[in-house]
Amino acid sequence: MNNHTIRTYLLTVLLCLIGAWLPLHASSHAEEEENASIDIKEIIFDHIGDAYEWHVATIGDKHVSIPLPVIVFSKEKGFHAFLSHKLHHGEIYNGFHIATNGDHKGKVVESLSTGEVVRPLIDLSLTKIATGILINSLLLVSIILFVSRWYKHKEVYDNAPRGFIGVMEMLIMMVYDGIIKPSVGKDYERYTPYLLTAFFFIFLSNLMGLIPIFPGGANVTGNIAITLVLAICTFIAVNVFGTREYWREVLWPDVPMWMKCPIPLMPVIEIFGLFTKPFALTVRLFANIMAGHSVILALVCIIFVTQSMGPLLGGSMTVVSVLFTIFMNCLELLVAFIQAYVFTMLSAVFIGMSRVEHHEK
Amino acid sequence: MDLFTPDVGLLFWMLLSFGVVFFVLAKWGFPVITRMVDDRKRFIDQSLEAARKANAKLEGIKAESEALLAQAREEQRLILKDAANTRDRIIEEAREKARTEGALMLEEARQQIQHEKENAIRDIHRQTAEMAVEVAEKIIRTNLTTVRQQMDLVERLLDEVEKN
Repeated sequence: MNNHTIRTYLLTVLLCLIGAWLPLHASSHAEEEENASIDIKEIIFDHIGDAYEWHVATIGDKHVSIPLPVIVFSKEKGFHAFLSHKLHHGEIYNGFHIATNGDHKGKVVESLSTGEVVRPLIDLSLTKIATGILINSLLLVSIILFVSRWYKHKEVYDNAPRGFIGVMEMLIMMVYDGIIKPSVGKDYERYTPYLLTAFFFIFLSNLMGLIPIFPGGANVTGNIAITLVLAICTFIAVNVFGTREYWREVLWPDVPMWMKCPIPLMPVIEIFGLFTKPFALTVRLFANIMAGHSVILALVCIIFVTQSMGPLLGGSMTVVSVLFTIFMNCLELLVAFIQAYVFTMLSAVFIGMSRVEHHEK
Repeated sequence: MDLFTPDVGLLFWMLLSFGVVFFVLAKWGFPVITRMVDDRKRFIDQSLEAARKANAKLEGIKAESEALLAQAREEQRLILKDAANTRDRIIEEAREKARTEGALMLEEARQQIQHEKENAIRDIHRQTAEMAVEVAEKIIRTNLTTVRQQMDLVERLLDEVEKN
């Protein structure tokens, strides 16, 4: 009985909401007819891509965004640093502007004296993602140092931490005991700081990416440059400290002689394998996070697409869209953890493989 | 596509910030925490081991104390028994001694009494004899003033002797 009442109540509220929204929709209906064709692809790529400013919200016609520093080094004009709001809406500042089409669409380009339009030699602008990296890094360092500070004033016989520090300890020890120790094997202490840093950097960046407003929202781990750097770090950790046995297995593996002697078939495959591993790491993380963001954005876009299909369909699809978005966000929360876990685990496994010792057959 | 070409600026910023983050956390962050937790684990293991040992020791101590208690009780019993024996013996001895002493004293007293009695009897004898002699003297002195009287006496005495 009680359950039934609640359900009826919820339904009424829902209908009222839709009803209240209908006249609003009707009044703006005429305008929307004109620009009804929404470029979903544009919206999605806009959100998951990089930008020179941090767009927070659009209220009416007013764009609220945080200007970020543009740092460019041009062959002709030398070093330049200025805030991005000077390039707003295609404005030109010192010969620099943001290209609206062509190969460098969305990037800062300069007009040379010859009339050519090219990219500056070096573009080290603190873009949205670069700023996101800095914010996440700062946050990560603060959190971990805050946690580690607790331990400095404690003795072994003191009680274990509670609350936030306890949760962090649990997470750290989960990675430490669950991934690093078993996967790396001997000498795991040497790799622990890197693997933990990678895990928490990816995890925190993933979570921050899921927060839709300012400090979060930058698609950091869904950008290939970031995952590439992480994978290169793993590549270095694997190959620079590889044992003699590891390199022997790469260059002279235990296979029949004809597979490696006249034509070094297996060694070539093995050397190729050295590079496919970090490549797989790069693409896996990047693609997972990017796809997650795309799906959420696409689901949100359903609201705007179906608005032009009439009030009833638009209203009901809004509900569907919100429910799906909530579901996807929960899923992404899981993915945020899983991808950080997988990256760390694979890195640890690759490192462990490079630490093989010679064993007699 | 733009998505799949890593941006040089981003590579630079990522490399820089990740490097700094890694350096800072590797120096002051994670090792502090993992070392502490490892140490704590070791400490807990040691404490458990120590507790186990202490328990075993406690068991031993308990058994030992029980044995000690039993022994003490046995000893107490023996001592008590000994004490009772001693007491009985002392009392017996005292009694014996008192008896002999009493007997001795009694004997002495009796001898003294005997002695006194004999003395007294002797005294009485002597006095009686003296008195008899005196009486006899007086009687004789008064009755034997004449010869006839003296003769009468002699006669009577002789008669008596003859009769005897």
